[in-house]
Amino acid sequence: MASIAKTAQAGTLESSDVMITVAPGTQGSGIIIELESIVLAQYGEDIKIILEKTVKDQGITDIYIKAVDRGALDCTICARTLAALSRAGAVLKEEII
Amino acid sequence: MDLRRSMLFIPGNNPGMLQNGGVFGADSVILDLEDAVAPMEKDAARFLVAQALRTVDYGASETVVRINPLDTFAAVDIKAIVPCCPDAILVPKVESAADIHQVVAMIAAAEKPDQTPVKIIALLETPCGIVEAYHIAKADPRVVALALGAEDYTAGLGAMRTKEGTEIFTARTIVINAAAAANVQSIDTPYTDANDEEGLLADTQLAKRLGFKGKLSINPRQIDVIHSVFNPSLNDIDWAQQVIHAIRKAEAEGSGVASLNGKMVDLPIVNRAERILHLAELLGLMGGEK
Amino acid sequence: MKNAIGREIPETISGIAAIKPFAGAFTAVPEMARQAPKVKIIKPTDRKLVDSLVEVFKKIPVTDGMTLSFHHHFRNGDGVVNMVLATAAQLGLKNLTVALSSVFPVHAPIIDHVKNGVVTGLDTNYMSGPVAQAVSKGLFDKPVILRTHGGRGRAIECGQLKIDVAFIAAPAADEYGNLNGVEGPAACGSLGYAFPDAQYADYVVAVTDYLGEYPLSPISIPQTRVDYVVKVECVGDPKGIVSGTTRITKDPVGLKIAETAAKVIQATGLIKNGFAFQTGAGGASLATAAFVRKMMEKDSVVGSFALGGITGYMVDMLESGLFKKLMDVQGFDLEAIRSLSTNPNHLEIGADFYASPFNAGCAVNQLDVVILGATEMDTDFNVNVVTGSDGVIMGGSGGHADAAAGAKVTIIVANLLRGRLPIIVNKVLTATTPGETIDVLVTERGVAVNPLRGDLKEKFLAAGLPVKDIQELKQLAEKIAGAPKAIKTGENIVAVVEYRDGTIIDVVRQVEG
Repeated sequence: MASIAKTAQAGTLESSDVMITVAPGTQGSGIIIELESIVLAQYGEDIKIILEKTVKDQGITDIYIKAVDRGALDCTICARTLAALSRAGAVLKEEII
Repeated sequence: MDLRRSMLFIPGNNPGMLQNGGVFGADSVILDLEDAVAPMEKDAARFLVAQALRTVDYGASETVVRINPLDTFAAVDIKAIVPCCPDAILVPKVESAADIHQVVAMIAAAEKPDQTPVKIIALLETPCGIVEAYHIAKADPRVVALALGAEDYTAGLGAMRTKEGTEIFTARTIVINAAAAANVQSIDTPYTDANDEEGLLADTQLAKRLGFKGKLSINPRQIDVIHSVFNPSLNDIDWAQQVIHAIRKAEAEGSGVASLNGKMVDLPIVNRAERILHLAELLGLMGGEK
Repeated sequence: MKNAIGREIPETISGIAAIKPFAGAFTAVPEMARQAPKVKIIKPTDRKLVDSLVEVFKKIPVTDGMTLSFHHHFRNGDGVVNMVLATAAQLGLKNLTVALSSVFPVHAPIIDHVKNGVVTGLDTNYMSGPVAQAVSKGLFDKPVILRTHGGRGRAIECGQLKIDVAFIAAPAADEYGNLNGVEGPAACGSLGYAFPDAQYADYVVAVTDYLGEYPLSPISIPQTRVDYVVKVECVGDPKGIVSGTTRITKDPVGLKIAETAAKVIQATGLIKNGFAFQTGAGGASLATAAFVRKMMEKDSVVGSFALGGITGYMVDMLESGLFKKLMDVQGFDLEAIRSLSTNPNHLEIGADFYASPFNAGCAVNQLDVVILGATEMDTDFNVNVVTGSDGVIMGGSGGHADAAAGAKVTIIVANLLRGRLPIIVNKVLTATTPGETIDVLVTERGVAVNPLRGDLKEKFLAAGLPVKDIQELKQLAEKIAGAPKAIKTGENIVAVVEYRDGTIIDVVRQVEG
């Protein structure tokens, strides 16, 4: 699957968490990331990389991701993204769940 | 010997707590998918706990995951969590050996080929579970401990939960006895008033006197008090050393019978002394003295 | 040029008099005399009570280019700064310097006064909120001077901060200029931060909304130093001035840090009769006091004094006999006010008495232990409490550098990771307090000891504390969170950070965007 079926959300705005919203991308839109973060200057690039990798690993190529980050670690960003994808109807690969 | 003086619940949908769970010094951390997680967030918590198990360093703490009950999300929890290599699964509301057999089958199916077998701790929190305690403990070698969950249990009894805990006295002793008979550990119910340090101390002391090997905990602030109770005291260590000394002396003298202060030292006493010394050594309490 | 802790300081900074680089915490030698304010006469029939700020401005008179001073004992409930500056604007004054001991969000109108040329200079020890953010983006043409609480007292006494008119917000005053902070609707407790200004300003104006009968009692600032008394409708909002009760954190990580910090203090061996202690009111600091208290109770220790900003928690320790005295430069809550007004062992002290390095001995010198916070610390133990993770000013030394210099043992309590950000960095963005005055860092994942304090390290190891090398702790944090990228700042200098002795320890540069 190159994109997802619907819009979905996971995570919270608590400290150390991140709120991820995913929405279907149009064919060929690529992975579009909108990032808000309290540590944008220090970790903005790292966060974008982990977001992109997480969706790519699921074979998704066209998607819109909005992340509102409150200082989440990579593992949290990954978990919240997967939860959002799953809620959006993506069938996740076995080993990740 | 696995040390489970304290087993600390960490809410499974709280990233801040999950990443810091290792800093409180609990012998076990229990990443909780059950009571601490709202029904709508079960899926998100599962992802979070799975990622935490893969990436967070819980230091010396044993990693335990409390899954949801068998009649709700246990199967999907096990499938997601077991491959992330927790040390153990805490199974809530266990009522029979058959429940354990079911969990074992699911764990075995989910384990990777080279994975250290995941242990099981059975949480007994219904009158039926208490009745079946021994059979549950003996149901499978993966079972390493029985834990008592007194809140649901007293509800099941139709009794009121009190701080003195008279209403759970029977359940406590049954769990302790069943666990001892099956040669597994017994873990006491949590003390739920996190602000009452004296109450926690008294309740933990009672648990230890009755024979529990550890206590569940719902707040990191409780860890130090719980450890202070379950740690062997200097008197305990002193006594244990005397026992071992007496037995060595008897052996050296070729005598079959050792005695200490006029009392015969038999095998159960030696076992208890050895357990205390082992624990003391593990906890670095032996110091240089003696 | 580089100063003693390797910070790059320009040889000259426009708008700042001769730059002396920081050379070490106790290296600077004072070579001046105390400055003397104007001598005045008040005749028997003269009245000091004035009807309005406008009238007082005209009587003095306040003129373009003067330095007006203010204090932060009303914190975010202060109404006096805005009132006085509005008067200055109304009268068309220009080019004023505001010497306000701490700037709070309530002081946002300063921004417009700067844009309109009424205010062109700011001299303070701490700032947060809109003014701090605007300063970081280059609000002022000349850099703001950031001092310490003790350093401000020193600068006033020694003539480096010449105050033309001190406006003292007074919760209670009499018509002849006796002032205290414990009566009236805006009671705030200690007026300590205003003491140096009352002594050394050319003119002192008390602004009050509560006139008591002459002579007022108790007297914190005496009539002999007050030229005018202005009665206004309202000096401040009590809700912003004091909090009801100061609560101890429930955050488990904060409590873990606090408990470890208490064990660290115990291991120093200083918890014994005569113990002298300072701790902040926030987060892990106050919680540390709670754990220290338990240790004192257990061993029946009676401390000598607690110092600094005083909370109800400290009052309770005084009243429970755990400390013999409190030395109070600023009250934080209603209990602190009640105690100051009723308990002779609760002493009100001035900023200079509290922390000035250039007098015949300040109170911080008598401290055994101080607990302080940090937003960043580097591997040389230098601490930043001025700029936040985005490079924007969000604080200031206050008494940080003073207490650190004075105490026998200075302990920083901080989360190794705040959210995702490691507390330990290679080089702090802004150095506030030099590493040579910081002894221990306590985090939830271990304790680092300044290599200068090998004596402490041995004690901590013997006590079984989780001592780690600071590099090791830094690596641990980065293993969990990843290494943060450094913040980019511009070239423009928006503030100079003055050490308590008047030397320059660092500069703050403008943030981009």
